[in-house]
Amino acid sequence: MKQEVLGQPVSRKMLAAFLKNRTALIGGIVAVLIVLVSILAPLLAPYDPLAQDLPCRLSASDLNHRLGTDDFGRDVLSRIIWGSRVSLIIGACSVAFGMLTGTILGMVAGYYRGKVETTIMRFIDVLMCFPDLILAVAVTAVLGANLVNLIFTIGLVMTPRFARLAHGALLTIRETEYVTAAQAIGVRIPRILRKHIFPNISGELLVAGTLWVGEAIRLEANLAFIGLGVQPPTPTWGNMTREGVDVLINAPWISIYAGLSILITVLAFNMLGDGVRDMIDPRLRGE
Amino acid sequence: MFSYVIRRILQSIPILFVVITLVFVIVRVLPGDPAVAALGDYASKDAVEALREKMGLNAPLWLQYLRFLGDICLGDLGASAITGYPVAAQVLKVLPHTLELTFFGIFLGYFFGIPPGILAAVKRNTFIDYFTRIFSLLGLSIPAFYLGILLILLLSVQFPLFPVVGAGDFSNPADNFRHLFLPGLTLGLLMTAYITRMTRSSILNTIREDYVRTAYAKGLLDRVVLFKHVLRNALIPIVALGGLYAVVLIGSSVMVEIVFSRPGLGKLMVGAIKQRDYVTFQSVMVIYAIMVVLLNLLIDLIYSLIDPRIKYQ
Repeated sequence: MKQEVLGQPVSRKMLAAFLKNRTALIGGIVAVLIVLVSILAPLLAPYDPLAQDLPCRLSASDLNHRLGTDDFGRDVLSRIIWGSRVSLIIGACSVAFGMLTGTILGMVAGYYRGKVETTIMRFIDVLMCFPDLILAVAVTAVLGANLVNLIFTIGLVMTPRFARLAHGALLTIRETEYVTAAQAIGVRIPRILRKHIFPNISGELLVAGTLWVGEAIRLEANLAFIGLGVQPPTPTWGNMTREGVDVLINAPWISIYAGLSILITVLAFNMLGDGVRDMIDPRLRGE
Repeated sequence: MFSYVIRRILQSIPILFVVITLVFVIVRVLPGDPAVAALGDYASKDAVEALREKMGLNAPLWLQYLRFLGDICLGDLGASAITGYPVAAQVLKVLPHTLELTFFGIFLGYFFGIPPGILAAVKRNTFIDYFTRIFSLLGLSIPAFYLGILLILLLSVQFPLFPVVGAGDFSNPADNFRHLFLPGLTLGLLMTAYITRMTRSSILNTIREDYVRTAYAKGLLDRVVLFKHVLRNALIPIVALGGLYAVVLIGSSVMVEIVFSRPGLGKLMVGAIKQRDYVTFQSVMVIYAIMVVLLNLLIDLIYSLIDPRIKYQ
């Protein structure tokens, strides 16, 4: 199936397109580096991210503290390194959660049609009506801010996007001969969805997933900046940026570096996602 | 045209109804007790029970829902659980600041966004194009609060041109504008990034159309083809997608209001959350819902003005 009749296998063409796309390549490399940093945080961080050193609070960058210290004398670099964990965990888990629920909703809606479809897709429309951030703020405020609730909330915000995507992709696939054939020989519906339909839309979902990890990370940072993120003293980039604002005039580096970490990470995932989308789409692959 | 406008307005009523229902679901059906929230975790059982009774939380859910809808229809948003002030008055006081901020941001977005988008499309794969694409990718990735902080550091601290906090007085337009500029620019730059990208791809799509080739074949000047044939048609999706992004911008306005300590709906909402003032919080959510539905209505109407085909569907 993977082999096209003429020319190279599709997978090799995709890889070539990916390597040729400099934006995607840079984004991918930076994203991998950030993931490595978060895994190796205990080895890389020069200090304990929670250790306070009050005599040298708010000191600017020097040889001991490369990125300076914060209001409690904690090392900003170490906190940024450890902070990557919360961002990446929430980014990845919430997108996975949204992908799971959204795909199931979208596939069920697209397969059953009729009333089921109308009900599910109207519900999705309503969820999409609210700006992501306001919906997330509202749900977090009601549920309480902790790691699990944040994953649930951001996943909930991501759900409608995946549902629409899965629904749209399914509408074309369900008319194909192999789905009709499966129906004709009496394959049960969950199996049709799982074995015949899902593999065909999984590529598209995966691309969207990469693209939206960045968005999820940004959403988490926004919530943390309002004070609705993982609670201090756990270092997160959003928390650090907020704490830095209180001392913005005297010690601007705290907010600058913490915010820059968010920007670079989101940018890397967006570049990667853009590139992967171009790679999957044969029209953009230049064939 | 008139019948289309009426039909479209009627269509948004059920949407509004459903969206307001969603607010009810979020605030009342999800776990968490508003009375405990208002009184704190250590309040006595009797006190919590009394407040629940007073807030009408002991009534069956359907009755609470009907009361909630009824109050909104009457324009009664209740009184703040903390200050006792009527919420509607507070909302009316801050709403102009949020509207002013959002519309200024949208205006700047279209104003700054369309020209570089056209330029990037026309000079495709040149230095200008790459520069524009990097800029818009940056703008689409940066969190609103971080852009706000950077602008404060640059234009209020390094070069003290604009005030950092608060909003100006509406009776003093110059002062008002000085306060509006930085927060508005923050939102505007976010929108610019998006509009630039949309303009570029919309024009690249339009340039391939047959009628554009025909226009060139007729011997029209490049400039005439670009402005009369390409731009006019490319504008339709730009307005539509820009409108969708304006909804995102309402979300970003929350962050901007927080960073710039600017009075507005977002600041009111976050303040209410911190004080556990659930009546105010729920009301602001309703106002946001109404704003989003009205904005969608406005976009559709503008859309039908630009593209006459739409109203016949």
